[in-house]
Amino acid sequence: MSDRAEAARRRMVRDCEALGRPVRIMEVCGTHTVAIFRSGIRASLPKGLTLLSGPGCPVCVTEQGYIDTVLELAQRDDVILATYGDMIRVPGTAGSLETVNRPGVRVVLSTDDALALARERPDKTVVFAAVGFETTTPATAVAVGQAAQEGLDNFCILSGHKRVVPAMAALLSDATNRIDAFLCPGHVSVIIGSEAYRPIAQRFGRSCVVAGFEPVLILEAMAAICRQLVEGRAEVESLYAAVVRPEGNPRAMELIDRYFEPCDGPWRGLGRIPEGSLRLRAEYERFDARRRFGLEERVAPEPAGCRCADVLCGRIEPVACGLFGSRCTPDTPVGPCMVSSEGACSAWYKYGRRGGRDGAG
Amino acid sequence: MALGDSRKILLAHGGGGRLMSRLIQETILPRVRQGDADMPLTDAAQVSVDASALCFTTDSYVVQPLRFPGGDIGTLAVCGTVNDLAATGARPVALSLSLILEEGFSLDILESILESIGRTAGALGVPVVTGDTKVVEVEAADGLFINTAGIGVKVPGSALGFDRIQPGDAVIVTGTLGDHGMTILSRRKGMMFETSLESDCAALSPLTCRILEAVGEAVKFMRDPTRGGLAAVLNEIASGSRCDIEIEESGLPIRPAVRAAADMLGLDVLNVANEGKMVLIVAPEAAEQVLAICRADPLGHEAAQIGRIGSPGEEGGLVELVTRVGGRRVVQMPYGRDLPRIC
Amino acid sequence: MCLAVPARIVELNDDRAVVDAMGNRWAIRTTLLPEAKLGDIVLVHAGFAIATVDEEEARQTWELFEQIEQLRTNEPTGTEGAG
Repeated sequence: MSDRAEAARRRMVRDCEALGRPVRIMEVCGTHTVAIFRSGIRASLPKGLTLLSGPGCPVCVTEQGYIDTVLELAQRDDVILATYGDMIRVPGTAGSLETVNRPGVRVVLSTDDALALARERPDKTVVFAAVGFETTTPATAVAVGQAAQEGLDNFCILSGHKRVVPAMAALLSDATNRIDAFLCPGHVSVIIGSEAYRPIAQRFGRSCVVAGFEPVLILEAMAAICRQLVEGRAEVESLYAAVVRPEGNPRAMELIDRYFEPCDGPWRGLGRIPEGSLRLRAEYERFDARRRFGLEERVAPEPAGCRCADVLCGRIEPVACGLFGSRCTPDTPVGPCMVSSEGACSAWYKYGRRGGRDGAG
Repeated sequence: MALGDSRKILLAHGGGGRLMSRLIQETILPRVRQGDADMPLTDAAQVSVDASALCFTTDSYVVQPLRFPGGDIGTLAVCGTVNDLAATGARPVALSLSLILEEGFSLDILESILESIGRTAGALGVPVVTGDTKVVEVEAADGLFINTAGIGVKVPGSALGFDRIQPGDAVIVTGTLGDHGMTILSRRKGMMFETSLESDCAALSPLTCRILEAVGEAVKFMRDPTRGGLAAVLNEIASGSRCDIEIEESGLPIRPAVRAAADMLGLDVLNVANEGKMVLIVAPEAAEQVLAICRADPLGHEAAQIGRIGSPGEEGGLVELVTRVGGRRVVQMPYGRDLPRIC
Repeated sequence: MCLAVPARIVELNDDRAVVDAMGNRWAIRTTLLPEAKLGDIVLVHAGFAIATVDEEEARQTWELFEQIEQLRTNEPTGTEGAG
């Protein structure tokens, strides 16, 4: 098994030497970020090869205005705020779901649990904090469909759902980007299919390689990227064929499309991304929490000094942020990249402590 | 039944009157003391010990659910306190038992938990010698809280402490990780999944005493990885000894069921609680002998050396995990509350 | 937001299924995977099956393959020893 890892590593070393220039690969999947750090891959990369942690964590790219709206809803007595555990510690302008500590905040494992809450408590409105990329959106679509079918009027969602490919395009549209290629997310690709990256490869000339999450698969995907760079190709490859089909999951895509429509929306650090967000279609907007509670989309300023935005764009590494490791740590997170366990800063913190001490930065 | 028809705890059971006296005499003592119920009951127990050093510990138990596969709050209340004594190198001698009951609590459940306490303490030969019972109003407690305190005597020849830990020492764990925490999670409201897992809840003093008697000072330090799991204990050891610790991912004993459940919930097994495991820091030359003693005992048959103590660190030592692909990552002190994640 | 784990469908009733992963059983939905059959190994994310795992392709991967091998060989009792 580690033979395969070693072989991939050797191919990378050879190809990076042949290229004779720095190579920057951006991973746009928080699970990859974590897998890369957990397995310590970064420490074993050939010289000149850098991994940038892109906007792959839905918590990290959720704008603070959204978090503030979630907090506002959580503090209403007539609301049960259902959320995935990932959101509990994300700081808004004033506190987090953990610190507001309201009995109406419930961690759910699936949208089914949120629907069950709505059935149990007809006296309350259950608001589901619907965050996540295309992997997670279909489950929200199913819940909205079911609420509509059952006439479950005390259920609604606050859509923070986002689309990965428009964000990749937005990153590349910035002339200062330093991205040579993308390590494409595994489970987002299960839904959208590897073919979804073809426009990125064709229009921007960047390799897009879909990878699984085992360290060996990540190394092999990176080796495939290096090969493409050496051979001057920019193609879509999938090295995760066990679950990723070129066309994705048609049923899931159809459900997203039935209930949601793309819209321009704010991403933390990336600004408004054309078609980067999803909102409920007009037929289902009665399930939109903003509409139900008459809430405006809020725009909150980034916390002072926080450079999560630059981290998410791959412009700086987390250690270059003045708050990193001092005011901003996993226990006292300032920005979302520190609070999310998938966040680049949180992951760097674990690894960077050692790096800093050894002077290897 | 003498305690009333409802088979429920009443506020009067804690009132210091006849009802309380009967609860203690008829319900608690016969179960907890098993065969030794005639021992006089006093506010403070007199315990004779012959030792140069006495160890004393206390712990409170508020686990939910109260009963789970592999044990209940009663087994936990005995094992947890006994294990705290075991970790300090002591042989447990006696326990106290304080019950805080919620009004309306089921007497049937209480009896079965008291029987667990009696059975577990009896098997260890560590008597419950004193106790207390309080009843609080509905919702002032979650069914039943237990506090146990324990005293023990130091095993002669043992010498444990952070200051004894040296680079090169072996890090040994007495069995698989995460079984208890994952079992409890599977039964928690809103989390329910069915599992074949059982809590590893067990009292380890028979094993730790045997090890200390065999290798004495070669054991440098022990701690049971309960809340916060292995990650918390190793970080405490790194910070206390001011030495780095290196552990091997491939050497960690973890049941596939625990790993699969952790993956499903997005949790790190290293942060998950254990209730029947001990982490030992042992001089390298004694490591094989300690492992052999563990493996010959049902309490430690899946024991493994998982790593070793590294060089002294400037800021108090880091815990590093060497991964299966040869990478390294720092194992952090857990935040304190692991939530299920989907990302 | 993409944690997903392989598990085997051991009960299936319309779009409600029970999956088994090493002796742990979870209630999930197969709404997104109408083609799912009893016995299939599926990838589960946030309570929903999102893909059928192609076992032939899975052989090319590493831990995923190990995981599904264990799903095959460990019957739901899951009394396997240390991993």
